[in-house]
Parts: sequence; C-alpha cells; structure tokens
Amino acid sequence: MIYLILFLEFFKVGLFALGGGLAALPFLQDLIVKYGWMTSAELLNMIAISESTPGAIGINTATFIGNNTAGIPGGIIATAGLAAPSIIIITIIAHYFESFNQHPLVKSAFSGIRPAVAGLIASAAFELARGGIFNLNNLQFNNNLLQFFDYKSLFLLVIIFAAIRKFKKHPIFYIMAAALIGIIFKF
Amino acid sequence: MKKLLKIFLIFFKIGSFTFGGGYAMLPIIKRELVDNLGWIKENDIYNYYAIGQSTPGIIAVNTATMTGYSLCGIKGALAATSGFIMPSLIIITLIASFFKRFQQINLFQHAFAAIQVAVVALIIDIVIKMWQKSDKSKISLLIFLLAFLLLVIFDLSPVFVILGSAAAGILIQYYRGNLQPAYHNYHNQNQESDK
Repeated sequence: MIYLILFLEFFKVGLFALGGGLAALPFLQDLIVKYGWMTSAELLNMIAISESTPGAIGINTATFIGNNTAGIPGGIIATAGLAAPSIIIITIIAHYFESFNQHPLVKSAFSGIRPAVAGLIASAAFELARGGIFNLNNLQFNNNLLQFFDYKSLFLLVIIFAAIRKFKKHPIFYIMAAALIGIIFKF
Repeated sequence: MKKLLKIFLIFFKIGSFTFGGGYAMLPIIKRELVDNLGWIKENDIYNYYAIGQSTPGIIAVNTATMTGYSLCGIKGALAATSGFIMPSLIIITLIASFFKRFQQINLFQHAFAAIQVAVVALIIDIVIKMWQKSDKSKISLLIFLLAFLLLVIFDLSPVFVILGSAAAGILIQYYRGNLQPAYHNYHNQNQESDK
C-alpha cells in the first residue's frame, strides 16, 4: 500500500512541478507533512545531499524520500512515479514534434527560442557562480569588497575555461580533474 | 538492440556526471551524441532542452526522454531515461543505506565545490558554442540578453521566457516576410510528397 501511495504522490509531483527540481520543493514539503514521513530539517538535509551528488536533483530527492520511507523498493517506486509523467507527456510531444518540426510556424518559434535558451543556460551558470565564485551570498554579512571574489574558485574557473577552449577534452575529464583539485586544495 | 544498449549506456554516463540542474547535462550530451557519434544535430539538442524546460516534470528527464525518442522512438526514450535515472538510484540508495553522515565527509564537500566551478566553465563554453551556431543577428543577441536579464534580475519563470521568445520568433519571421513564402513551400512540398 505504501508503494502505491509513493508512486501516486510522486507522479503528482512530476506532473505539476514545472521548471526543474527546485520547483518540486514545496510539493515535497507538503507531502512529508501530510504523511509524517520525516521532518522538514531531514528533508532539507536530503535535498542538500541530492544537490551535491550526480543526477537530477528531483530524481535524487525522490529516491532518497522513497528509500527512507519504504526501503530500496520504495526508492525505486518513488523515482519511477516522478519520472512517469515526463515519459508520457514528452513521448506524446515528441511523437507530434517529428511531424511538425518542419512547419514554418514551429521553425519560426524555435528561431526565437534558441537564443532565449542560451540566455537561460547562461543565467543558470550565473546563479551557480553567484554562490561559488562571487560570494554574493556572503556580502551582506561583511561589507569587505575584497571578499567579493573567492579567488581560489575564480582562478580555477579561468584555468578550466582556458583548458576547455584549448584542449577540447571530454566534459567528464574536466569534472573529474576539478573534483581532484577540490580535494587536494581543500575548496 | 545494440543501439538501445548504447543509448542506455550513454545516458548512464550522462546521469553519472550531471552535477546541478538539467543544463549541466548539455555539454556531455553534445560531446557524446553530436561530436562523437553524429547521431543528432547540435541545434536539435537545444530545441529538445527548450521543450524539456517548458513542459511539466524534471527537466533532465524530459530532455533525456525527448533525445531518446528522436534516436529510437519510444524504446529509445525509455532506454535514455532509465539510463539517466539509474546512477541516481544506485548512488542515493548507497548513501541512504551506508553514509547517513554523507554531508559531514569533507572530501565530498571539497570535490563538489570545485566541480561546481568546472560546471560553470563548461556552461560558459556551451553558451559560446550556441552563439557560434546561431544566425548571429542583432535580434538574436537582444533576445539572449533580455532572457538572461529577466531570469537573473526579475527571477521570471523559464516557462514564460520560452513562450515569450517563441512568440517573438514567429513575429520576427512574419515581419521579415519569411513566413508566407515558407508556408507556401511547406504546403507545396507536402502536396508533392502526398502524390
């Protein structure tokens, strides 16, 4: 029975959470309160771990909550529930997209969407940098402008970026290299 | 079957190295499917991501499903999505069972802080590549800047940015007079292919 509840509740989250893993947060909050699965502090802890492990944040959190509530099968079922609406909706869209993507209206729409997506991705990088490189989040605590930059991170950013442009290695190479550098130099 | 297995494995790899939101998967998708295998066109990936971003559900899962479908139909969609999800299931199950104190392990904290920097660098690189692949017109630059500012300063939902830019794209093509002849060609071609 708990498996059915997990599947259906996470199916609902997947259906209504529009705009990425963090959009699912309020839904998850309601969910754990409704069933008393865990405290808000435990949920926040799980989300923090989900953000710093590989994979989509929403999927990681679903696996975590499901696992915590009903063991390994619970984790699998919650995750399947969360992914199911995506698979259904996108499969339907993809089916029609193949026959419509050459339509002039669709092509014109995408000529406007593509630069906007570039803006979207750039803003995601900016948000990530805001916390990790520019220290904008700490600025209100100490008004010392010298602490505006995290020099270690900024230096690493410049080096990795130069390496990406010059060597064109696989993205995974840079992620692994950064992980190693982070451990050695205690980022 | 061989292709399905390959799709599964590629998305397993992508799921294993996507740190952050769905956008973090783009550099790896591009490298694997565009540069290495040539299975998909670069601009198509960005289109799929835009669709994934503006439909309900987890963006990364949407993008994986969309890409998988374009490669191999419904089977491809399932192979890509299950491949992408699998590393999460394994890693989180391990953490939940064995490392209750995961967050207190400094090693992971240090590694993750630096990985975030690498992701920022990879994303900047992707944005530059998207610009190089675009028509490089002033109006595209304007849409790019407008989208960036609306998202960063006004915290607007990406869904509205995508819908707005779609409308802008249609209006621009209409005012340039590209839409009518394109319609004409499209319908002529369709009629020819019907015969």
